[in-house]
Amino acid sequence: MTAPETVVPTGKSGIYMPRRSLLMRIADMRAWLFLVVLIAFFEVWSRSAYGVSFILNTYNLQSISVFATAPLLLALGQTFVIISAGIDLSLGFVMGLASVIAAHVANYAALQLGLPPLAAMLVGMLTGIAMTIIPGLVNGWLIAHLKVPPFIGTLGMYGVARGAAYLFAGGMTISVSNSWYSTIGNGRVLGIPVLVILVAIACLIMHYLLSQTRFGQHTYAMGASQAAARRAGINVKKLTMKIYLLSGIMAGVAGVLYTGRFSAGAAQAGEPLLLDSIAAVVIGGASLFGGSGTILGTVAGALVIAVIQYGLVFINVEPFWQFIAVGTVIIISVLVDQTQRRFTGGRQVE
Amino acid sequence: MSETILSVRNVSKHFGGVQALNKVSFDIHPGEVVALAGDNGAGKSTVIKAISGVFRYDEGDIELDGRRIAFSSPQEARENGIETIYQDLALADNLSIGANIFLGREPMTRLFGFLPVIDRKMMAEAARVTMEKLDFHVSRLDAPVSAFSGGQRQAVAIGRAMYWNARLVIMDEPTAALGVPEQRKVISLIQSLKAQGKGIIFISHNLRDIFEVADRIVVFRRGENAGERIPGETTGDEIVRLMVGK
Repeated sequence: MTAPETVVPTGKSGIYMPRRSLLMRIADMRAWLFLVVLIAFFEVWSRSAYGVSFILNTYNLQSISVFATAPLLLALGQTFVIISAGIDLSLGFVMGLASVIAAHVANYAALQLGLPPLAAMLVGMLTGIAMTIIPGLVNGWLIAHLKVPPFIGTLGMYGVARGAAYLFAGGMTISVSNSWYSTIGNGRVLGIPVLVILVAIACLIMHYLLSQTRFGQHTYAMGASQAAARRAGINVKKLTMKIYLLSGIMAGVAGVLYTGRFSAGAAQAGEPLLLDSIAAVVIGGASLFGGSGTILGTVAGALVIAVIQYGLVFINVEPFWQFIAVGTVIIISVLVDQTQRRFTGGRQVE
Repeated sequence: MSETILSVRNVSKHFGGVQALNKVSFDIHPGEVVALAGDNGAGKSTVIKAISGVFRYDEGDIELDGRRIAFSSPQEARENGIETIYQDLALADNLSIGANIFLGREPMTRLFGFLPVIDRKMMAEAARVTMEKLDFHVSRLDAPVSAFSGGQRQAVAIGRAMYWNARLVIMDEPTAALGVPEQRKVISLIQSLKAQGKGIIFISHNLRDIFEVADRIVVFRRGENAGERIPGETTGDEIVRLMVGK
């Protein structure tokens, strides 16, 4: 028996070179491209209609970035979930729950326990965030151990968190009067809103987790093929729990910061933000089938949505156009993603 | 061939009332390719799952390098030098070759001296060296493996086994999902594993592949040994007769 001497000819010297065309590189960066196009659009409109700049305006920049913070915080956790081929629908009301609890606890700590504002705020924030461990772990447990599809499991948690948030709030908004807390929510350092600084730090941490750690690497692997991840010795159940826990905690952070920004805890704080968070991740280049996505893309996706929402108000167009605009961007983004997959011959939905 | 890598002795396994394996035995020596042949349900998959720790066997002994083994997980089997290569599902298509070789065992380094990060440089370099040993030269080590063909992906899986210095490589239908030229490529990859002195268990439905690559053919029928043949001393017809029992 002789070994076959030659193998498949894969080029001159057997060198196989998967090339990426310029077009593909641009497609990878599409969220940032959208952002540039949108900014250019609003800039032209704003200059021609009102003779003022849209983007070279400190107030606008501050507003847009603050606008983007809450959906972005939800989208950061959602990025991990979507890359792992899941979805977290409970985020909006988990955020509301954290917001309400933070408000209650901060008030209680200040008024009943007599803690100074800073301590009262910290106790409130930490309690609000700590509470989100419960829905995060329950989501993860349902999906990892009981094999409930993520869509259904987190939809159930959406209902539970919603009810719990309204019950804790007694159907009202809980106003908080705490100087420290409102500084966190509305203050500025060197002209940069404190909220934006905090969210930027969160983005850096999430980027690190996703791109530089085993946790992030295994999240990608699991999203591409759960069987491959399992066969490589990755504890897929534990990983799933961690991902939904992270997602819940990020919603908690969004909730307690909301309480600072509006000096009030509200159960419905995150209600309209859930879909924005998914949209940001998808516009940012992630596939809902899992396995792809980046924090950088998600940041761009969240900024795209914020620019559309704020820009349309700024140029004085009926605000309802924002839904049409965001929806259109989502559809274009998904179409680009599918075309790209077809061309790279990559993982279609097999 | 005095040394034995793997020795399977009278191994039995039943699932409820079904006797999936009944006193099955065979040996594998260094640099030897043993093909397991048999009809569906003959026990080929069951025996490799018993070896690779997917489940425990009920009776008998499996010895790796003279030590009795009964792994409780594929992970444990891998740590002890048994790598299994599946026809699919073994790779994360969205990750690079290096990331796949190291999946679940990523090397870490420190950024700025304190921040632990995955050592991608080291993974890429190891991927390059490993793949070159398989005569597979890659220019873009950061490309996801989805960019490569089926045979090249098998090469990645085989490269993973090589990198981790597996003693025994189990290949379950490695050519099933491939076109003919790609099947040739996999056959030549098996030859290079063999040249490195690994023991190889090869499962295939394709008798031509079996005859080309195997040093011995172990035939199973209904969970039992039905015979053992040397390819040069038998014919496809005889193997088929052993498989169906006539």
